Amino acid sequence: MIEISHLVRKFGQLNAVDDLSLQVMPGEVLGFLGPNGAGKSTTMKILTGYLRPSSGRVLIDGIDIEKNPLAIKRQIGYLPEGAPAYEEMTVRGFLKFIAALRGYKGAAIEERLSGVVAAMSLDTVLDQRIEVLSKGFKRRVGLAQAILHDPRILILDEPTDGLDPNQKHQVRELIRGLSKDKIIIISTHILEEVTAVCTRAVIISNGKILEDCEPDTLETQSKYHGAITVTSQSAADMHRLLERAQTLENVASVLSVEHECQLTLFASDREKSLLLPVARLLDELGIVAEILQEKGRLDEVFRNITEAGGV
Amino acid sequence: MRFLETLLKRAGCEMGAITIIMKREFASYFSTQLAYVFILIFLVLSGVFTFYLGNFYERGQADLLPFFNFHPWLYLFLVPALSMRLWAEELKSGSIELLLTLPVTITGAVVGKYLAAWLFTGVALLLTTPLWLTVNYLGEPDNGVILASYFGSWLMAGSFLAIGSCMSALTKSQVIAFILCGVLCLLFVLAGYPLVLNSFKDWLPISMVDSIASLSFLTHFSSISRGIISLQDVLYFGAVQVVWLAATIVVINAKQMR
Repeated sequence: MIEISHLVRKFGQLNAVDDLSLQVMPGEVLGFLGPNGAGKSTTMKILTGYLRPSSGRVLIDGIDIEKNPLAIKRQIGYLPEGAPAYEEMTVRGFLKFIAALRGYKGAAIEERLSGVVAAMSLDTVLDQRIEVLSKGFKRRVGLAQAILHDPRILILDEPTDGLDPNQKHQVRELIRGLSKDKIIIISTHILEEVTAVCTRAVIISNGKILEDCEPDTLETQSKYHGAITVTSQSAADMHRLLERAQTLENVASVLSVEHECQLTLFASDREKSLLLPVARLLDELGIVAEILQEKGRLDEVFRNITEAGGV
Repeated sequence: MRFLETLLKRAGCEMGAITIIMKREFASYFSTQLAYVFILIFLVLSGVFTFYLGNFYERGQADLLPFFNFHPWLYLFLVPALSMRLWAEELKSGSIELLLTLPVTITGAVVGKYLAAWLFTGVALLLTTPLWLTVNYLGEPDNGVILASYFGSWLMAGSFLAIGSCMSALTKSQVIAFILCGVLCLLFVLAGYPLVLNSFKDWLPISMVDSIASLSFLTHFSSISRGIISLQDVLYFGAVQVVWLAATIVVINAKQMR
């Protein structure tokens, strides 16, 4: 269990982390969300023992990170921002170095190596220097060193940054496969990532926690949650629909996007879905259109929370 | 008893980590070609200094004094070139964040990296042994003196490196680290140079002049290179290394606090 209490980290006058308290339990995959400079990376650097807090403390399984950093570092796997590595080394040499520092010897090193190489599909680049690798491969080398010792706590600073969609998918699969009894903390500004892999979302801005909830409930905070979006084939159809839709029961407001022939209907009572009434209306008017029930728009929620609380 | 046990265990862990870091660092000199350039220039320059500037043949003596006399000056710009990357490169690339979040103490990392550089200068020195063979072929030198000189030169290189390690931890820029280290080492060398000391002699009490001279690499190296390995000189170089490595640890610690 990770217990962060009243954590403060100052850089000169700036409070990068400002009285942040948080508990994370085994089995949780926590997504750290926030605009750039919100304090995500700084918090992670303190958790991994790279930076010291200005005040407050971090307990991991009851051990204070400042009192026994080595014991804690052994349990953590960490991917720093930008996945730094010793670029002049080969992938094999680098991972062997990490394994040795993690206390593995002889055959155990080879065993660990083959495990992560398979998990991160690194076999084709094993004997290449890290400096010549693509951004995606570098990121995977960084991930490989983080999971090499099968840590109980995994802290990943923007793990999918710079990866192509296939690689992103692969990394998310990997994280999902790991997460049974581990604590995983991921920072990201890709919102879909949070709903894709996390069991908990924490939004921070200016070093403070603004929101701490399940990713699904994040979507329900959106104005768009439960709204019905109708995309018709012509502007004329859209106008005909618009006329009638405004008088429909339970419709609070209608938003129209002219050039896309699109209408979005917001319900006044969110518990009652507008899906059926809208479908009936379309049938009645004889309009063929595409209907979508929105789950909620994450970037809108993100903007609302961080801009309201941030200033 | 239990305290002693945990202490020994901890020291054991630390030694393991130091060795692993040292090996990686040492190998990186060779994989970045730095090693080959350094060794080549070191060998060429020490040859030039010995045979041309040192009048190796004209002196008509079978010893390596001209060779060793130039070492402080040779180290003055070669050692900073070696030490500048120790920490500045890690700071620049961000790999320091990786290194210090692995189960390693700052002390372990500082000592491991330093030992790699020191070992490397040892290898460079060993490669000059053909000169030693040459004087043995030409005459009958005092091999004890030469051995002592090699030892002294290596100790001095270690002291230069310890200063360089600290300067490298101060900055992300390898160029700045090079210049800082060069200037500081120059001060440590010049403090014992007769020209400098003479200018002090006129207006400073002799005890002050002596203490300035006693801070210099030159003073301690010259007595070792005459074949006298005194405990005092060895302790001096040892102390310089310990102090500057401790300063490196303080600097890196401060970076985590800042």
